[in-house]
Amino acid sequence: MEHITLLLAIVVVTALVFDFTNGFHDTANAMATTISTGALKPKTAVAMSAVLNLVGAFLSVEVAKTISGGIINEEGIRTEVIFAALVGAILWNLLTWLLGLPSSSSHALFGGLIGAAVMSAGWSAVNGSTIVTKVLIPAVAAPLVAGLAAMAATKLTYKIKANPEAKATAKGYRAGQIASAGLVSLAHGTNDAQKTMGIITLALVTQGVVAPGSNPPLWVIVSAGVAIALGTYLGGWRIIRTMGKGLTDLQPQQGFAAQTSAATVILASSHLGFSLSTTQSCSGAVMGAGLGRKGGVVRWSTATRMFVAWGLTLPAAGLVGAGAEFLTKQGPWGIAATAFVLVGGSAVIWVLSRREPVDHNNVNGDDLGGPDSGTPGVVTTAIAAVAPPPAGSVAAVADDGLKTTIHAPGPNDPAAPPAPAAAV
Amino acid sequence: MKIDWAALGSVFGVSLVATVALVGLFTLGIVGLTKQEEAAASGGSATLARTGAYACFALCAAAVAYGIYLIVV
Repeated sequence: MEHITLLLAIVVVTALVFDFTNGFHDTANAMATTISTGALKPKTAVAMSAVLNLVGAFLSVEVAKTISGGIINEEGIRTEVIFAALVGAILWNLLTWLLGLPSSSSHALFGGLIGAAVMSAGWSAVNGSTIVTKVLIPAVAAPLVAGLAAMAATKLTYKIKANPEAKATAKGYRAGQIASAGLVSLAHGTNDAQKTMGIITLALVTQGVVAPGSNPPLWVIVSAGVAIALGTYLGGWRIIRTMGKGLTDLQPQQGFAAQTSAATVILASSHLGFSLSTTQSCSGAVMGAGLGRKGGVVRWSTATRMFVAWGLTLPAAGLVGAGAEFLTKQGPWGIAATAFVLVGGSAVIWVLSRREPVDHNNVNGDDLGGPDSGTPGVVTTAIAAVAPPPAGSVAAVADDGLKTTIHAPGPNDPAAPPAPAAAV
Repeated sequence: MKIDWAALGSVFGVSLVATVALVGLFTLGIVGLTKQEEAAASGGSATLARTGAYACFALCAAAVAYGIYLIVV
């Protein structure tokens, strides 16, 4: 029995760690444009987003009954499979964070689950057509829908032409951006914290701790909400920088249009029954807003790297999940080895990230080559092999503002940097 | 495999219309406030511009409230 409770504890902790990475991975969705246009100070923005995520976690009335929404057959799923899936999802989230690429945390979780389930029960455990309808089509549609809406809205704002010198203009766009960013944060808290609650509850049910079909205990709701809020507050500055600065240069009008489009798409899609992924919607909206301004540019090299990461999310997290499940199948030592891989892998990624730290001090800096040039590891080389060269060549882009390429290394504040490994 | 094209289409349509309408309203509100600011600076008043601006912002606030309602329910 002791083995079972230990396993359960490991899964609960791992689920909370995933929740934490989800928080800091997705801060960018809500706050990247708000930070890059200067509507809010970086620290204020992430603090606000964290609070709204926490509130969102308690708002939901409908708690996720399934983790995967029918992608895998969850009946009789073993706790080890959940653990393996989480390992795959966490490692992929950390890797994309290291590279500063926005990718969907939900897709990482789905990928991990698919890999682990296939390794555990064979291909019949996976519902192929649900993958197409719930993952692939939304992933393609989300950036298109959000991008077109943001582009049209941006064109309209520049046509109406508010006087950019006036005080009312600056204040107005600030308030507008804060409101729409707040909506995105709140929606994220309700959706994604619920997902973790669903995972923990499912693990508790499989181990017979709570009765099937029961609501999550209060400690699960509280800890999931706190984990996602903490992650959000630490802020995935690398991803925020890519989204707010790397994809395009945003003026307040564009930031407002992008954020409003993202919020609208997220709410409309979940309400009308065709859920579109948050990350894809937000990235698409930012690019659309970039294209909507006359003379605006999208740095397609950065965008391409991001698209590649989107495409790789499912298979890569799946492979890690499958490998982890292969290990956990071997018995208790395998589970220990998997836990070791998770902690070790997270530590390596964190150490690599310290070579070129990005935090609230340099998140708006112009040295966009930062997160890429600083990590010439095996991983980066592998990504570089499949993707065009990184976005270091900002100067090559036809850009109106002359960029000073001052290297702005943040002070090594041990409290501020996102330290995922420390939470393991 | 059944793809719900109708749902996807309505998501597309609703998002496009709602985003453009909201951003347009908001920008009009800002233009109204700017007009009022300019008028105040030259000693006059622009009641119409200000009322219009507040009407625009009120509609936007209603949209945000509806958004929160959608999240909660």
